[in-house]
Order: sequence, then structure tokens, then C-alpha cells
Amino acid sequence: MCAIDTLETDMRTSLLIAAILIAASGAGRAETPRDFLTRFEKEAGTAASAERGARFFTAKQGGEWSCASCHGERPTQAGRHAKTDKPITALAPAANAERFTDAAKVDKWFRRNCNDTINRACSAQEKADVLAWLLSLK
Amino acid sequence: MKIRLSIATLVATLALPALADRLPVPGNPVYVEECGACHLAYPPQLLDAHSWLHVMNGLDKHFGTDASLDERRRSAITDFLGRNAGGRKTGVTADAKGQPLLRISDTAYFQRKHREVDAATWKRASIKSPANCAACHVNAATGDYSERSIKIPK
Repeated sequence: MCAIDTLETDMRTSLLIAAILIAASGAGRAETPRDFLTRFEKEAGTAASAERGARFFTAKQGGEWSCASCHGERPTQAGRHAKTDKPITALAPAANAERFTDAAKVDKWFRRNCNDTINRACSAQEKADVLAWLLSLK
Repeated sequence: MKIRLSIATLVATLALPALADRLPVPGNPVYVEECGACHLAYPPQLLDAHSWLHVMNGLDKHFGTDASLDERRRSAITDFLGRNAGGRKTGVTADAKGQPLLRISDTAYFQRKHREVDAATWKRASIKSPANCAACHVNAATGDYSERSIKIPK
């Protein structure tokens, strides 16, 4: 009886700590792919277009690579790094639940990969379009 | 306890020849997550600390790609690489003018080890470049670069 009481208290304490940690780390951060789409659309001031996103994703725009060079033409499947050949897990949220759930990662990869493909930062509209297209893939 | 220790010593001794081609990557989740996202998390032993410092100071132009990191992660990885850099096998990794080499494949150690691999082999679609260790060293991710674990793909 005593042991069970202690266990319950421990569990309650752990749950409380976990709740505080989640609240502290998640404050104000988008956490689902839809949240990111909403954020980018709001920044862009217009609705996203999945069709435009598809074209943007697969077309080279002055640089050596397009998004598809590493993520593949069908991002519901795994891709491969164009230079190192390292496998890259699927980018479409329907195929990979981890994608577009962490603001720091989303911002980091857009920052780097836009530089690598179009030699500049992507606009909010470009990000919204790509994400709308990725979300349309099943 | 004594017997167990002796067995451990025996096993370690028997395993010694294989150790010559073992380049284990000391556990570091940030290094593996960030650097291992685009390529194998290369053994830090393959460049000296000076080379790693230069690599880590130029991440925004990292062999033709933007690999920039936030400052907290960049400095944590720089420290990790510095602590585990270089060593007996690779020695100083600088060019003839003393400039730090940034590519592992440019080091004397790497070139000596791969002198039997011709240029055409490196360019095979199944290999792509010397950056792709795991194409031939099938157990590279575990630090095993032994002859036994080499399978050169067609």
C-alpha cells in the first residue's frame, strides 16, 4: 500500500514536471504542418497554391539543384542527397509524421536549402506554396 | 571476477588486428544529428583540430552548400571535434604551405588508404564521391573500416 502510494506520488510529480517542460518549450511555437502553413500564409498575405508549390519544388531556378534533386520528385518517398548520396527521409507529412513539427528545424532547413537551390532566402509565399503541395500528397 | 577480467583481456587481444581499421565516432547526439543529416558523421580523428576549426568557421559555404548552424550548436560541435581530432594515424592535416586541409579525402592518410581506387570507380553512380564512405565501407556507421567490410559496388 505504502509502495503504491509512493509510486503514485512519483508519477504525479513526473507528469507535473513533464507538463511544465512542455508548456515552457512549446510556448508560442507552431507544432503541426498546418500551423506552419497558416503562419507562412499570414506572412505572405495571400493563400497558398499547391500547384505553384509543385512547380517550384521540381524546377531548377538558376542553381545546380532543385528541391527535388535531394528530396525526389515524389516526396512521399525517401530521397538521397545529390552529392553525398545519404538517404533522406520522406518530406511529405503524410509519409513522415516528424516533418514540419519543429519550428527550429523548419526555419533552419528553409534557410539553408533555399540558399542552395535559388541562391537567396525563400519568400513566405514560396514556403506556403511548397508546404501546401506537400500537404496535398497522400 | 578475475576470470571474467581475463576473458575480457583475451577477447580484446584477439580483436586487436581489427582495431587498426576502427575509427569509432565518440557518442555525441548533436554532432550526429547535425553533421550526419547530410553525410556520414565522419570520424573526428580524420582531421586535426586546426582543420576542424576552419571547417566549422565556414559552414555557410560548406563544399558548395549552406550548412550554417545556430551559434550554440556550432560551438558545441566545434568543441567536440577539437577534443576528438587528429591523432597518431592522421597526424597534421595541412597542405605543403601549412594551410589546413578541409576535405578528409585530401589528407595523406586518406589518399594512402585509397591508392588502389581509380578515378572511374569514385565516379560510379553507386558511389558518387569520396564523401560517401558507406558506399563501400558497409559498416562505416559503426566505425568499422576494415578490409573485411569493404564491398565496392558496381
